[in-house]
Amino acid sequence: MTFTAHFNYWVAMALLTVGLYIVIARGNLVKKLVGLSIFQTSVYLLYISAGKIIGGTAPIIAEGLRVYSNPLPHVLILTAIVVGVATLALGLALVVRIKEAYGTIEEDEIHSQDEEP
Amino acid sequence: MIAHHLPALQVVVPLLAAPLCVMLRGARAAWLIALGVSWAMFIVAGSLLARVLREGVISYALGSWEPPWGIEYRVDLLNAFVVVLVSLVGALVISYSRESVDHEVRREQHYLFYAAYLLCLAGLLGIAITGDAFNVFVFLEISSLSTYVLIALGRDRRALTASYQYLIMGTIGATFIVIGVGLLYLMTGTLNMHDLAQRLPAVEHTRPVLAALAFLTVGISLKLALFPLHLWLPNAYAFAPSVVTAFLAATATKVAVYLLLRFYFTVFGAPLVLGEMPLPEILLALSLAAMFAMSTVAIFQDDVKRMLAYSSVAQIGYITLGVSTGTAAGLTGTVVHLFNHGITKGSLFLLLGCMAMGMRRITLQHIRGIGRIMPLTTFGVVVGGLSLIGVPLTVGFVSKWYLVLGALERGWWWVAALILASSLLAVVYVWRIVEAAYFKAPGEQVAKLREAPLSMLVPAWVLVVATLYFGVDTRFTAGVAARVAELLLGGFR
Repeated sequence: MTFTAHFNYWVAMALLTVGLYIVIARGNLVKKLVGLSIFQTSVYLLYISAGKIIGGTAPIIAEGLRVYSNPLPHVLILTAIVVGVATLALGLALVVRIKEAYGTIEEDEIHSQDEEP
Repeated sequence: MIAHHLPALQVVVPLLAAPLCVMLRGARAAWLIALGVSWAMFIVAGSLLARVLREGVISYALGSWEPPWGIEYRVDLLNAFVVVLVSLVGALVISYSRESVDHEVRREQHYLFYAAYLLCLAGLLGIAITGDAFNVFVFLEISSLSTYVLIALGRDRRALTASYQYLIMGTIGATFIVIGVGLLYLMTGTLNMHDLAQRLPAVEHTRPVLAALAFLTVGISLKLALFPLHLWLPNAYAFAPSVVTAFLAATATKVAVYLLLRFYFTVFGAPLVLGEMPLPEILLALSLAAMFAMSTVAIFQDDVKRMLAYSSVAQIGYITLGVSTGTAAGLTGTVVHLFNHGITKGSLFLLLGCMAMGMRRITLQHIRGIGRIMPLTTFGVVVGGLSLIGVPLTVGFVSKWYLVLGALERGWWWVAALILASSLLAVVYVWRIVEAAYFKAPGEQVAKLREAPLSMLVPAWVLVVATLYFGVDTRFTAGVAARVAELLLGGFR
């Protein structure tokens, strides 16, 4: 249970916290999406770290290859990356529409505009 | 031959129909496709439920890859019930949608609206039917992404910010679910829920598994809008087009509740979740807070759509309360309230959609005297309101009956008293609608309105009649729910 043995996981959790913090703390809608992206990326790292074996190769049948990395987490994360890209694209599209409708992408300014009917 | 593939059709047909809508581009063609697919899916769901009742669990290996390696679609009584609810509401909502969407969404966006609706339907049915933990996440994101689009199509510009807010919170929820699933995979090496259930007991007290339980609980609670993770819901419901609100209120949170039940009882098992972890206490506290705080907030809303949205969060409190009792009666209450609240809120939001044909915002001032101008619509709202309160002869009464029984069985007589007390809060907000609609003189605006067209009234009233019918004849709903509750507590394994 040494720190170095779980280095990847520490990094993943640090990114997770940083991303979540940005989402909560920032009022700029684009910055929030940046935080959300970092948050999602940390999960990719979590999955991939678990699939990797040091000295392992790609899972192909060939002479002399005995240790394989697990391909399944990689495939799962490929799916998650696609989902992440789609979410980010949709989020940015919404920000563009919000900018057109309100003329700003700062959360507090949007709220103050909505309060006056 | 085709009967064997019904579980796959449930997902594949709407998924393929969505791009077809985009390619055809015609507003009417897209509607006809969505209509046909929705009713077909209802028939498929109905026949799946009939088969499960007759023959027991159906296991379908997608692409003939044997589980646990391939993705398995596993239909048992619980998800067959949920699939029937989702597809029934979907079919009625889409039958209703034509005039309402014509009125509320710009015509050149109609084909996109129906495409997004079909994707959302595919996602929701997929979450319910799949037996693979990662597949759940994929379908969850299909349904969520299309939901964000549907909400953003609302007329008010606040629909955009509501959709953005839901996107942020929904993505956090979904990512928490992936983390939970990932931790389970790390500990067991499998993603198949059935297989997970068999392998988990060996490692169930390790920290990653308990962390997975925590991540899944928070992630799913965000999606099902458990108080205090409900912040996205009121705005999303209030500013989305009427059709979308009705569809989401009746299905999206219900499917998330199903997911919670699935992970708690099938994957982790009741002894760990409800026995060893302090989850019953947490769920109980949050459910009670939801019932009282959100009903109180609902009382002070002037916008009727928002009022009912807050009432939805309160009603979700009743659903999770049943889980926290951990008794057969309480869980029967949970499962039956899934269905009952689904049809009640579905009918209410469809009827508000009828009112929205004549006015931009439905506030208590705007609906003054509407009972005389739109009698059928308003009377339907009253029936739905009575069901929210839990008056006998409506479905709301049946749910609360089982919840009170569950609380008493557990020895929580004070919880039973609180369930009844919170119903009084519902009386107050429903009364505010009734008072405005029947006991105030109609203003100039309202006097110009006409009763909504039959194509909208009929689907809405089918749900209203269902709230009355299933409030009297509970053989189907409570019967299935009681069997599901037994299965859930028996471990399903």
